[in-house]
Amino acid sequence: MSSTHILSMSVVNHPGVLTRVAGLFARRGFNIESLTVSPTTDPDESRMTIGVGVDSPQTLEQIVKQLNKLIEVHKIIELEDGAVARELVLVKVRSTPQTRSQVIDTVSLFRGKAVDVSPESLTVEATGGREKLDALVKMLEPFGIIELVQSGRVALNRGAAALTSRGSRSGT
Amino acid sequence: MADNPRQPKQMTGAQMIVASLEKLGVDVVFGLPGGAIMPTYDPLMDSSKVRHILVRHEQGAGHAAEGYAVVTGRVGVCMATSGPGATNLVTSLYDAYLDSVPMVAITGQVGSSLIGTDGFQEADIRGITMPITKHNFLVTEASAIPLALAEAFHIASTGRPGPVLVDIAKNAQQDTAPFVWPKQYDLPGYKPTTRPHSRQIKEASTLIRQASRPVLYIGGGVARANAAPELMKLVEVTGIPVTTTLMARDVFPDSHPRALGMPGMHGSVAAVGALQRADLIIAVGTRFDDRVTGRLDTFAPQAKVIHADVDPAEIGKNRHADVPIVGDAKLTLAKLIDALEGKMLPDISAWNDQLDAMKQVYAPSWEEPPAGKISPQWVISRIGAMAPDNSIFVTGVGQHQMWASHFLPHNRPHSWLTSGGAGTMGYCVPAAMGAQVGAPDATVWGIDGDGCFQMTNQELVTCALNGIPVKIAIINNNVLGMVRQWQNLFYNKRFSQTDLHSDALPDFVKLAEALGCAAFRVTEADDVDAAIERANAINDRPVVVEFVVHKDAMVWPMVASGTSNDEIKIARGLAPDWGEQAADEDSAEPAVPVGTVAATTGEN
Repeated sequence: MSSTHILSMSVVNHPGVLTRVAGLFARRGFNIESLTVSPTTDPDESRMTIGVGVDSPQTLEQIVKQLNKLIEVHKIIELEDGAVARELVLVKVRSTPQTRSQVIDTVSLFRGKAVDVSPESLTVEATGGREKLDALVKMLEPFGIIELVQSGRVALNRGAAALTSRGSRSGT
Repeated sequence: MADNPRQPKQMTGAQMIVASLEKLGVDVVFGLPGGAIMPTYDPLMDSSKVRHILVRHEQGAGHAAEGYAVVTGRVGVCMATSGPGATNLVTSLYDAYLDSVPMVAITGQVGSSLIGTDGFQEADIRGITMPITKHNFLVTEASAIPLALAEAFHIASTGRPGPVLVDIAKNAQQDTAPFVWPKQYDLPGYKPTTRPHSRQIKEASTLIRQASRPVLYIGGGVARANAAPELMKLVEVTGIPVTTTLMARDVFPDSHPRALGMPGMHGSVAAVGALQRADLIIAVGTRFDDRVTGRLDTFAPQAKVIHADVDPAEIGKNRHADVPIVGDAKLTLAKLIDALEGKMLPDISAWNDQLDAMKQVYAPSWEEPPAGKISPQWVISRIGAMAPDNSIFVTGVGQHQMWASHFLPHNRPHSWLTSGGAGTMGYCVPAAMGAQVGAPDATVWGIDGDGCFQMTNQELVTCALNGIPVKIAIINNNVLGMVRQWQNLFYNKRFSQTDLHSDALPDFVKLAEALGCAAFRVTEADDVDAAIERANAINDRPVVVEFVVHKDAMVWPMVASGTSNDEIKIARGLAPDWGEQAADEDSAEPAVPVGTVAATTGEN
């Protein structure tokens, strides 16, 4: 039984860190489902959010331990089940002036919006969890999807705690 | 212009490399120059503290740095140029990574402006070595050199030791900047846990006090942590029998009554059997490698496991640990002694008696060779018997390595060098060179195969020119013996590409003489002792002794690859008989008539 877990890591903001992390997954046969790298409030640090698919708790434990051995990885946590997790999708939908308002209506049900329009197409954006975005894409399919791009997942635990003290820059 | 003593001295990056090595206490660097590292070789020429030993191939520099490190316990250093110089280090970096040898490799890199352009001798050595180094750096500015080197040495030598590569762009070596020695490391992601948790120690001691068939399973981590005295003390306090893996053969003397020898694929029956039948395994500085466990799901089926290692990722990786202990082996063993000394411990004498009997009956041995042939095992045992007390033994990889593990005396820590995890043929000669440099007063005997020797023998020139009098025994059986043994057993005796024809070529004596060694060949059993004695007496240059031996000798015992350790064979088709001992041991349980180890553990 495979299950997905989200790991949130603070890493050195340095070229080569992504190679190190991705290489470790490939080399040890671990499965990455999604990976995002983003800046943080600390210019020396980046945040990696990795969705991993594992078939046992031992595999997850081994992934975390191996990642922890990378010297450029400062800290790792596994996010809780209830963590806020979001992805962004951009969908280029076939639309004529006749169908355009139907597409916009559909997208607005998902709190998405149109970001580009042409006589034959409409590009819409939406954010949310994976299930919501899957549902949106399904609703748009009948119009004809020309192109689609989806971001990896970004996620944070709920509550006031942060992954690192460095990551939470206070007002002082 | 007088230097202001309060201002940091201006230096080129190359000068900083040399100054940093001096500050780090480096006394020897093994290396070979080339374009991208030439700026550093210029100031290196003037260093009175750092001796550079010019090798003939960069792989030799890497293994020599390993040999130096294992013998001295300090960081071994090697240096090479960019591109092929750096890629030639790959095998030795990998070897050091698998066997956790503290080592720093410094490589030149093309200038920053050329990086990424496929410039002449440009190779992404940082990318290439990422999976086989503990860490690596690319330095493109002179001012970053001291911190990178200080951190490299810190990382290489602390926690679980390992190789660190520092790749330094040519412009960083040429540019000038103030030399500022770092006051602290900038490594927030590197905090090895060395102090074992007291609760885990307590749980471990509880398990030890409940066990009736405990075994210590001791690995190379105990060697790296200099923990041999603590291990001896723990054994004296508890009476628990000891198995020492290939990487740990020198941390506990085979002559000790509680020593069971080496576990694993070619382990002794007593060591393999003890682990299979144990109710508690105390694993220290070891990683449940497949060569030790055999088929993992049948390994030590009745045993609870205490697993202590400085690398938390090793704990629970292959085998579940009932009591995990993250920490340095020396501290962990010392804490276990504290927890157990003076306490009531169970009487395990029946268990020890049983293992003693196995030791007597199934001591690793060999079949006599056909008339007129020399037995390789006997040659190796004679070298061991005649070697002075301060001897260090180094091996290549293959049959001779296993025989060296079984039949040499292993009595002193830091006296056994072998390529374990990587199994690198060609390790012996350059590692012996590094060992001799690290221990100039010791007798260094390399036990090598005719196949291995042909991979790296060029370093004997380095030895001859630099006054490094290693002694190399070539156990010449004409073939790639271990591969041939597998062909013999598992490939229907189809000897595909394993005959090296070393009886015809090369002429090892002429070759060794050409390389600057004293050399002689032994073809008669009667001449073996005299040849060893002669080799022992030569100290002004390296010696090569070619022993022409029986080519069909096999390494026994053996657990066939992928099978259970219960299937251990002491000779072809011959399993050890555990019958009486097995029945005695579980006298509280109904006695089951058993013929082999397999049947015994299957029933329990």
